[in-house]
Amino acid sequence: MTSVTKQKTEKRRVLVVDDYPDAREMYGEYLEYCGFEVVQASNGMEALQAALDASPDIILMDLSLPVMDGWEATRRLKADKRTASIPVVALTGHALAGISEGAKKAGCDAFVTKPCLPEDLVKEIQKVLDNASSATTKKPRSGKYAKTIG
Amino acid sequence: MGRLPAGLPAPAVVRPHAAKRNGASGKETPGPVVGLSSVAGRDVRLAARVRLLEGFLGRTEVSECAQYALHWLTDATGIEQSICLVRAAGEPVMGAAASRGLPADAAATFAISLDDWNSPLVAAIGRPHTLFPAAHTPGDRRRRPSTPFEDAAFHAVTLGFSSSSSEQRAFGLLLLGSSNRIVPELEWFTSVFSQKLDQILRQRAFTEGDRKQGRERGLLYSIINAVTDPILLTDTEGRLLIANSRALALFTASEEESEGRRSAVRMNNMLLSSALSSKAIEETGAARRELLLVNPADGSDLLFELLSTVTEDPRHGTGVVSILRNVTDLRRATEEIEENYRKLRTAEIQARAESDRLNLIIDSVADPIVVTDASGETSMMNDPAEQLFTIPLRASALEQRWVQANDAHFSSFIAGMLVSADQRRVGEIGMTDPTTGDPMPVEAIAGKILSEHGELTAVVTILHDRREAIEKSKLYEQLKQASDELERKIQAATADIAQQNELLRRQAIELEQASALKSQFLANMSHEFRTPLNAMLGYTSMLLQGVGGPLGQPVKRQLSRVESNGRHLLTIINEILDISRIEAGRMPLQISTVKVPELVAEVRSELEPIIMRSKLTLTIDLAKDLRPITTDRQKVKQILLNLLSNALKFTHDGRVTISAKRLADRTIALSVIDTGIGIASADQEKIFEDFRQLDNSPTRAYGGTGLGLSICRRLAQMLNGRIAVESHVGKGSVFTLTLPTLSRR
Repeated sequence: MTSVTKQKTEKRRVLVVDDYPDAREMYGEYLEYCGFEVVQASNGMEALQAALDASPDIILMDLSLPVMDGWEATRRLKADKRTASIPVVALTGHALAGISEGAKKAGCDAFVTKPCLPEDLVKEIQKVLDNASSATTKKPRSGKYAKTIG
Repeated sequence: MGRLPAGLPAPAVVRPHAAKRNGASGKETPGPVVGLSSVAGRDVRLAARVRLLEGFLGRTEVSECAQYALHWLTDATGIEQSICLVRAAGEPVMGAAASRGLPADAAATFAISLDDWNSPLVAAIGRPHTLFPAAHTPGDRRRRPSTPFEDAAFHAVTLGFSSSSSEQRAFGLLLLGSSNRIVPELEWFTSVFSQKLDQILRQRAFTEGDRKQGRERGLLYSIINAVTDPILLTDTEGRLLIANSRALALFTASEEESEGRRSAVRMNNMLLSSALSSKAIEETGAARRELLLVNPADGSDLLFELLSTVTEDPRHGTGVVSILRNVTDLRRATEEIEENYRKLRTAEIQARAESDRLNLIIDSVADPIVVTDASGETSMMNDPAEQLFTIPLRASALEQRWVQANDAHFSSFIAGMLVSADQRRVGEIGMTDPTTGDPMPVEAIAGKILSEHGELTAVVTILHDRREAIEKSKLYEQLKQASDELERKIQAATADIAQQNELLRRQAIELEQASALKSQFLANMSHEFRTPLNAMLGYTSMLLQGVGGPLGQPVKRQLSRVESNGRHLLTIINEILDISRIEAGRMPLQISTVKVPELVAEVRSELEPIIMRSKLTLTIDLAKDLRPITTDRQKVKQILLNLLSNALKFTHDGRVTISAKRLADRTIALSVIDTGIGIASADQEKIFEDFRQLDNSPTRAYGGTGLGLSICRRLAQMLNGRIAVESHVGKGSVFTLTLPTLSRR
């Protein structure tokens, strides 16, 4: 989980931020299985630090987090020049209205609702990354959200 | 003078017996009478007689004639003093008609009362000749009457003496102043003078009688003319003999009168004649009949009552006196009287009926009514009043006192009314019920009745028993109290209700809050459910993908069961979450422009695995003219997914069709048509209710929460649309979502 690792390999680095370990580790395990390099953080503060330390290609951000929630963390990431270009995919189990709007305002690039199967999440991440790489100058903003299960 | 008319025979009228009787006195008067023996004296005597007779001719007045006669007597016989007394007509007195040689006054006033039977002069009347010798002594004087001759001798010669007829009384007395015997010439003179006077007197008497008769006739005419009724005398042939002016106006007309008047008169005469026909009169004698005549003056009818009487007159024969009494006015008056009488009777009957009616009314009034006259005496009262003021038969002393007390109270009230100037007076009198002795407060309403002149004629008093009113007012009071009580209770109840309403309202708010809390709770819970479920599904999926290493078939099959049950649990949680969000009002709309074909393709692709498994034919039938609609894409998609998955679930073979077409009124119809098991019409509404599945048995053939269609309907309503179903059991169903093409934001 160092910048050295990133530079050495071609693997894309994903920062998975979730306070619920089972979900975080499940996504992390699957992403590694799929060939991603995974960095984990369990709250917003850790996520900010990890984003600076590990320079991930993409951040998977759960919104309900202790210490600093996902919205605040995303705003700060987007406000920091060093991290502003990193796409953020919001991930939340809160299906209530207004969540996705709030996430967009905070600067999220995509929005995924839990429950979300690992393979679906990976598809979404891949999509966002493809968009980001195909249009490097353009902001990698996808209007589409990951499909929910069911 | 001094010469007598010659040629006349000696009067034979000298009565022999008179001559004999007077013979003695005649011898006593030698008299200077002219001797009749000589021829010359005879001529003279004849001439004198002629002169007397001539003098009498043309003299018709007694006094004038008598004066002439006395004058002649002086000439012929030398008798200087004489007086002629003539009986006044119809009176028992003889007065002087003429005198000569006597004092005028004494002669003019001298008269003999024939009623004085003791008078020698009266006795002398009726005798041819009486001598009153001269008086020489007072005794002589007493035997002789007082005359203008005083004591001188005089002769009294009766004028109009007749020995044969006692009927003819002497009408005069000639007194001659002479003591001599009466000469023969005097007898002639007396005879002639008597004749002359008799003639004059008779003539005068005749003319006087004639005048009297005429006067009386005139008076009679005046009388009968004054009678306003026509009176007429007719002979037996009906000829008019006498008629008064009224009768003449009716029955006579001169030639100058108008033809109308004359014909009226002719008609009247005919009518009268027939009415007076002898037969009619004979039948009744003094007949009284009605006779209708014509008024000749104006032709009007005149009704007369004819009263005719037959008169027997030996000189003029039988006649009929008829009196016509005009009864036209009388008849009219009679009719008027009868009419007035009839009117009076009618008025009386009416008045009586009125009075009866009034009495009936007064008697039928339950309240006592008393009419009092101006003096306070009771003049009338109705039955109820009688009961109040009349002592009943066999009344006890107590009952009598009650009535007397009532009377006293009433009298006092009336007395007060009479002395006051009030036109009306209302007062309360404490009476006693004479039948029960109960106190009986009475309201007395009295009114004065005044005559036209404002005099008090009566006081009418109506007494109204107040007991009932008092009882009613008590009842009313009780009722009012009860009503007030009721009102208080109602107010209390109303207050209670208001309080309860307030409580309910608060409870409703609390319920609402509780409901919101419940929804919030469910939302939170679903999140909490999904977090572990997410891990479960994720790891299951990873295991099945072989992340943890290769797996045997049995393990894969078992993991698949875990996965499918996890997915089902997730569906249930999601649907509960949807219902909660809708109920909590936390399901906002996100309106955007939606292309229907694109949406339908998306739905189809999402359910592609199920379609593939079902082996059903899915047909998409979209109208060519569809335009993009403005709505919430996610919700429309959710509805279509639900409908399509239902159709796939309940259709075993055949086909499923998705169709879309435009309707009028800017709406679009999206239908899912299947050839499945169908829904009975009785159940077609139930399927939209929450947690409703038609098959509630524990071993039901189809899964699902039973919330799907309920959510669909609610979502459709949020989009101002609706979902309808049309289905036949065993043939299939058509679910149609109708949406406005422009949804309200």
